[in-house]
Amino acid sequence: MINFVLLISRQGKVRLTKWYSPYTQKERTKVSVLSLLSVIRELSGLILTRGPKLCNFVEWRGYKVVYRRYASLYFCMCIDADDNELEVLEIIHHFVEILDRYFGSVCELDLIFNFHKAYYILDEILIAGELQESSKKNVARLIAAQDSLVEAAKEEASSISNIIAQATK
Amino acid sequence: MDLAINPFSSGTRLRDMIRSIRACKTAAEERAVVRRECAAIRAAISEGDQDYRHRNMAKLMFIHMLGYPTHFGQMECLKLIAAAGFPEKRIGYLGLMLLLDERQEVLMLVTNSLKQDLNHSNQFIVGLALCALGNICSAEMARDLAPEVERLLQNRDPNTKKKAALCSIRIVRKVPDLAENFMSAAASLLKEKHHGVLISAVQLCTELCKASDEALEYLRKNCLEGLVRVLRDVSNSSYAPEYDIGGITDPFLHIRVLKLMRTLGQGDADCSEYINDILAQVATKTESNKNAGNAILYECVETIMGIEATSGLRVLAINILGRFLSNRDNNIRYVALNMLMKAIAVDTQAVQRHRATILECVKDADVSIRKRALELVYLLVNDTNAKPLTKELVDYLEVSDQDFKEDLTAKICSIVEKFSQDKLWYLDQMFRVLSLAGNYVKDDVWHALIVLMSNASELQGYSVRSLYKTLQACGEQESLVRVAVWCIGEYGEMLVNNISMLDMEEPITVTESDAVDAVEVTLKRYSADVTTRAMCLVSLLKLSSRFPPTSERIKEIVAQNKGNTVLELQQRSIEFSSIIQRHQSIKSSLLERMPVLDEANYLVKRAASTQATVSSVKSAPAVTPGGPLKLPNGVAKPPAAPLADLLDLSSDDAPVTTSAPATAPKDFLQDLLGIGLTDSSPTGGAPSTSTDLLMDLLSIGSSPVQNGPPTSNVNLPGIAETKSAPVSPQVVDLLDGLSSSTSIPDENAAYPTITAFQSATLRITFSFKKQPGKPQETTISASFTNLATTTFTDFVFQAAVPKFIQLRLDPASSSTLPAGGNGSVTQSLTVTNNQHGQKPLAMRIRMSYKVNGEDRLEQGQISNFPAGL
Repeated sequence: MINFVLLISRQGKVRLTKWYSPYTQKERTKVSVLSLLSVIRELSGLILTRGPKLCNFVEWRGYKVVYRRYASLYFCMCIDADDNELEVLEIIHHFVEILDRYFGSVCELDLIFNFHKAYYILDEILIAGELQESSKKNVARLIAAQDSLVEAAKEEASSISNIIAQATK
Repeated sequence: MDLAINPFSSGTRLRDMIRSIRACKTAAEERAVVRRECAAIRAAISEGDQDYRHRNMAKLMFIHMLGYPTHFGQMECLKLIAAAGFPEKRIGYLGLMLLLDERQEVLMLVTNSLKQDLNHSNQFIVGLALCALGNICSAEMARDLAPEVERLLQNRDPNTKKKAALCSIRIVRKVPDLAENFMSAAASLLKEKHHGVLISAVQLCTELCKASDEALEYLRKNCLEGLVRVLRDVSNSSYAPEYDIGGITDPFLHIRVLKLMRTLGQGDADCSEYINDILAQVATKTESNKNAGNAILYECVETIMGIEATSGLRVLAINILGRFLSNRDNNIRYVALNMLMKAIAVDTQAVQRHRATILECVKDADVSIRKRALELVYLLVNDTNAKPLTKELVDYLEVSDQDFKEDLTAKICSIVEKFSQDKLWYLDQMFRVLSLAGNYVKDDVWHALIVLMSNASELQGYSVRSLYKTLQACGEQESLVRVAVWCIGEYGEMLVNNISMLDMEEPITVTESDAVDAVEVTLKRYSADVTTRAMCLVSLLKLSSRFPPTSERIKEIVAQNKGNTVLELQQRSIEFSSIIQRHQSIKSSLLERMPVLDEANYLVKRAASTQATVSSVKSAPAVTPGGPLKLPNGVAKPPAAPLADLLDLSSDDAPVTTSAPATAPKDFLQDLLGIGLTDSSPTGGAPSTSTDLLMDLLSIGSSPVQNGPPTSNVNLPGIAETKSAPVSPQVVDLLDGLSSSTSIPDENAAYPTITAFQSATLRITFSFKKQPGKPQETTISASFTNLATTTFTDFVFQAAVPKFIQLRLDPASSSTLPAGGNGSVTQSLTVTNNQHGQKPLAMRIRMSYKVNGEDRLEQGQISNFPAGL
């Protein structure tokens, strides 16, 4: 299973973290629980320093981290030692393609300002650290449907507030 | 809503907040912005602001991602989830998944909302709830909500089904007992056409098999056929743009099905046979020019290795791995190495064929590949190939990265120890490893090396010469230096005289002073640590006895450390100087070669210490006083700890176990010299034999006989005349100058003088004196008076005290007591009562002396000490 998904920039800034196993925000001495800060520190050190020709897998604390670089962003997924590393590379690419389709040639800034949308998309691809959908089209359709639900609710809200505003004028 | 109502107003939009955080140039600026935003959000929360609740939540999520605490927003998630609208719920659930995890109590509060949303008419709201539950649910929630999720597995909407299936995975992980409830629903999902549902269902089945044997059996019976059909369909399917990756239709589904097949086929011949054909088809037909195809092949090989496959299928799998291994893509090579580790169990010979390639991978530029390859090589080593493989690895050690040396060294040492058939080979390999990567060699490894050398008498000469040569070349490798210095100290004369030369060896010319030079250089090297330096001092001390002409020089070198700021070194040099200077007569026997170390015991101990961390607490030496010491100059330790204790200097600081007598030797010298006295009568009974400590120490003494002639006579300066109960200061006395001689106290002390002992012939009085500020310590001035009419000669006074008291005896003023009370002999004793105020002093005493050449012995117990001592 995928234990967590991490997007970090070339500079080591976090752009997205999604945890499917327990973790702590602050460092604690408990060994079994991963700590966000130390994970990011360690992984940035391990991954950002690797050369371009090297393999996309890093062994780390008994797990494997599969990473792939897209422009200035590193997409990392931490998997169990006996998972299929090559497939996880495909999952990363699957995610990136869907982001790309959604944002229209996605860039780091899209993911910063619309980070919540990136999370929504990820939630349509993975649940409980397992793959949910192999069809990009289906994911796009589901996200679009939910976005339009939100839009409709917004319009409704603004039309109601318009009515109230007009009534109270 | 009017912004003016709320001064904090959550005024900035999410976009603006992100901008202002990104504009920060320093971490401090960023903290300030975040603090301001958090304050605004807290204010909005406490006012119960509703309009901006979801915006605040989005901000909190961003702040959380930066690593700041956001716990105060947790309740807001619950409020958003409880709201009616989809947009609020969407952000609320996202916040829930980000800001909370299963260990937080707050999470329990959301169970009810989740239950409602799971039953909602809107499929997207059901989807949100399933997603949240699948990502963060705890065991309690899993139990509470499992029936809802189970029901949703039969929902009409495929998107709800797939989410419910994955959510069930989480539930089963948290509560494996629930697995049986899901198995029939999971099996029926495998008949679906929707790929999302299929993938989720296959994964759920895999999880159920892990959780329950019953589910495993059920699925073996009920879904194998369906699985084969799914795999056949998907691998035979023509181009399907929706699922196509690199010319392959839905590799994800391929892989998940193969994985489930592995689980089902493991240890089950019928199942394995049933899937044989389809596996062969996938293994032969899948294109391997793209990553997706290779991912499938990789999974397929793993499944073939995992099940009871036919030999033909296994050959196919191993061949795929061979192709992988020769691939130029590092990812493919990495997984090949990974897979070969598993293949070893199945077919070692087939993996051995790739040995050369694997060995090349150990030298790869990529650390991930190197690590994998090294693990694999380690598994491939056997008796026949150990030597060439070790040579390759050691050669590589020379050029490898610093980071990799530690792993590599550990593996080489392990191989060398495991497969050494002859000692010479072992020594040669170890010397090379020490010289190339001595800094990475673990302590237990070089300890084992020393134990082995100590046992291999025919190779000691060769060892010391090789190490001497290596030391000249690689003086920076800590472990090498230690081993070399130890050997030079022990086997110095073999170095200088080329003793026990091996045939292939070139004689070398090393003078005595060269050997001393080598150790001196090491001692003075600035990077040497305390242990190494201490070992150098011991080595020098030993050399001073091996090479008497260098003794003066060694004395000077040792003396330079007398002022060392490290207590350990300072103490050693003072002690050693004293030995070199004053105790010529005992030096040679004191500094003899160490006895052969017990190899079997060391191995046992090493194995034990790798399990439990090495405890530095030493048990007290258990050498019976008076018994002949077999080790003239060695470890007077329980045999379980032969080497480490001798070398483990740090353990000198360790607390002495309570089983040790009160005078347990903390003194290094005592350890070194092998003096160990156990208090055989801890309650204070006088020892029944008069123990000649020094004699035992040198193992030259016949064991003294009770009532025998006093063995005292001490031909060494500074040895206390009194033989006594177990007292460590004896050693201190040996060195003299370390113990401050206590002056005889004046009579007008605060405590009354007592008559400690009175017989027809002898009277002993004690007077007491305390140093101010040391309530525990009492100086007793004993005065012995001869009441008989004949002079006592060779008078010896002995005393024994209970455990909680420490006793030190100073030399008596004379050993002759004049007759008839004409003058007396005095002796001072210092006692330290460690339980001062709780227990009174108590002491047993024994006096031996000669009357007209005839031995006399008197004993007594003193219990009338004044209170307050």
